[in-house]
Amino acid sequence: MKTRVRWPGLIMHVFLAIAGVLCLFPFYWTLVMATNTTSDIYRYPPKFTLGSQLDDNIRAVLENVAFFQSMANTLIVAVCTTVLVLFFDSLAAFTFAKFRFPGRNALFVILLATMLLPAQLGAVPQFQTMAAFGWVGSLKALIIPASANAFGIFWLRQYFQNSIHDELVEAATLDGCGFLGVYRHVALPSARPALAFLGIFTFVASWNDYFWPLIVLTNPDHLTLQVALSSLNRSHGVDYSMVMTGALMAMVPLIIVFVIFARQFIKGATEGAIRG
Amino acid sequence: MTLTATTPTRPAGTAKPGRRRGIASYWRFYLALSPFYLIFLVFGLYPVASTILLAFQKWDGLGPRKLVGLQNFGFLIEDSTFWLSLWNTVVLFAMSTVPTLVIAMTLAVMLHSAVRFKGVYRIAYFIPNITSLVAAAIFFAAIFSTNFGLINSGLRALGLPTEDWLRQPWGIKIAISTMIVWQWAGYNTIIYLAGLQAIPTEQYEAAKVDGAGPFRTFFQITLPQLRPVVLFTVIMSTIGGLQTFTEPQVMVGNAGGTGQSGMTVVMYFYNQAFFNNDYGYAGAIALSIFLLVLLFTAINWRLLGGRGRR
Repeated sequence: MKTRVRWPGLIMHVFLAIAGVLCLFPFYWTLVMATNTTSDIYRYPPKFTLGSQLDDNIRAVLENVAFFQSMANTLIVAVCTTVLVLFFDSLAAFTFAKFRFPGRNALFVILLATMLLPAQLGAVPQFQTMAAFGWVGSLKALIIPASANAFGIFWLRQYFQNSIHDELVEAATLDGCGFLGVYRHVALPSARPALAFLGIFTFVASWNDYFWPLIVLTNPDHLTLQVALSSLNRSHGVDYSMVMTGALMAMVPLIIVFVIFARQFIKGATEGAIRG
Repeated sequence: MTLTATTPTRPAGTAKPGRRRGIASYWRFYLALSPFYLIFLVFGLYPVASTILLAFQKWDGLGPRKLVGLQNFGFLIEDSTFWLSLWNTVVLFAMSTVPTLVIAMTLAVMLHSAVRFKGVYRIAYFIPNITSLVAAAIFFAAIFSTNFGLINSGLRALGLPTEDWLRQPWGIKIAISTMIVWQWAGYNTIIYLAGLQAIPTEQYEAAKVDGAGPFRTFFQITLPQLRPVVLFTVIMSTIGGLQTFTEPQVMVGNAGGTGQSGMTVVMYFYNQAFFNNDYGYAGAIALSIFLLVLLFTAINWRLLGGRGRR
């Protein structure tokens, strides 16, 4: 286009492609390490091609950590958190977006203010609370505190405000829909893209969470993948091939989810930044 | 961003005229909102309020709590490890944020004028951001490793001296910030790209008529227009940067590596609370992190002129 700043095309694409390769290289190198023996990697010059040791490395990972147990735990936490967040956040966001009731504005300002509190600040008392509930070491300690959040409510509320006409809500009400009926038949169907983004975002964040699980998951049988991975790294730090195989195994499900939903996810992520 | 103004709604909840409603008749709405506020009270507000109290107490987690006034903060001021961890955090923040945002801006401007492969680039740039911090930290520790790491292999191949990266104060910082740049440059590129696409093209046409070159156009039109987006990325980077924990913890361990040069404030907080069981002191550290985040956010807001003060 004429109006844009022009860069010499070829040089530009070389730069963009180098950046792309740098972004993706760690994944390739992880694959190289995971398919070779550690001594192959220790060679100089190092081996840059894929090997055939993947199954041996996977076996070594399985011997050293309860990988599938951790994977199952992570999946349970991520799925439960995502489902609860989608339900609680959309219900609250829809209420804020389309109904009036005493105290609405005050409640909403409180909600916004909560986004300023860094979560790590409260880790000590939160651990005490979990101890009092008897949740230390249990997956509930990860799911329940994360099951509703201000960011999601704020984000969905904007979406509901812009995408659902008030007439639609009124019409549904006149047709005899109760509050939950309007929520189910009007709000949810129209917010699908927004819910998809929030869902993927929550799933990814939950899958990758590390600080809080590290503190609260005290039982070695109840680790999540990230904590299991770091313990693998700590105790077997020299066997890079095995540790990187573990890293690869922990990443694969997320990469698949991302590649399937990439477009929606990137679109959603940028909308938040641009609208503020 | 307006907090109170709403669209001119005639809400369905009040659609029936001529009927006065008591507060109890809104119960559905309050019930719909209650999960968030309940969870926030129990797992958000209470812990934070409790931390603030804790900062003025001495407590080992078992015995009785003892009120000690400002003593914890007195210790904090004289604690060289605290100041070191603060210094490390700020240095890491600067070493990672500046390159991240410069690279992101450069890539975004290029990507904006690119016609082909835009979608492919965007996906490639975004992928590092969704990757597990732990897996990425293990990877970066591996390529920076002394004897067999890829970085040293490369240096050797070029005939340059190798470095003991993860056992050197600056090497540790370089490895950590390299990882942060890798994880966040692409994310910020995508955000900037979206910002660039929102700038009306008329302005560029006017600049062209005035005979402005590409650099003048960038600094006089593009950058000022992007200010709110830049502010957003800087604030997000600040909040993230001041809470850096996973990268150094996985790469060099809880002690922070050689000379504790990878020890960040959040790591120090974690150590004091969950290894030393010095909960009051940890509370004081947590409070200082919070104040720091507020301070830096305010400074950024000021420097970049906030919203609506173009």
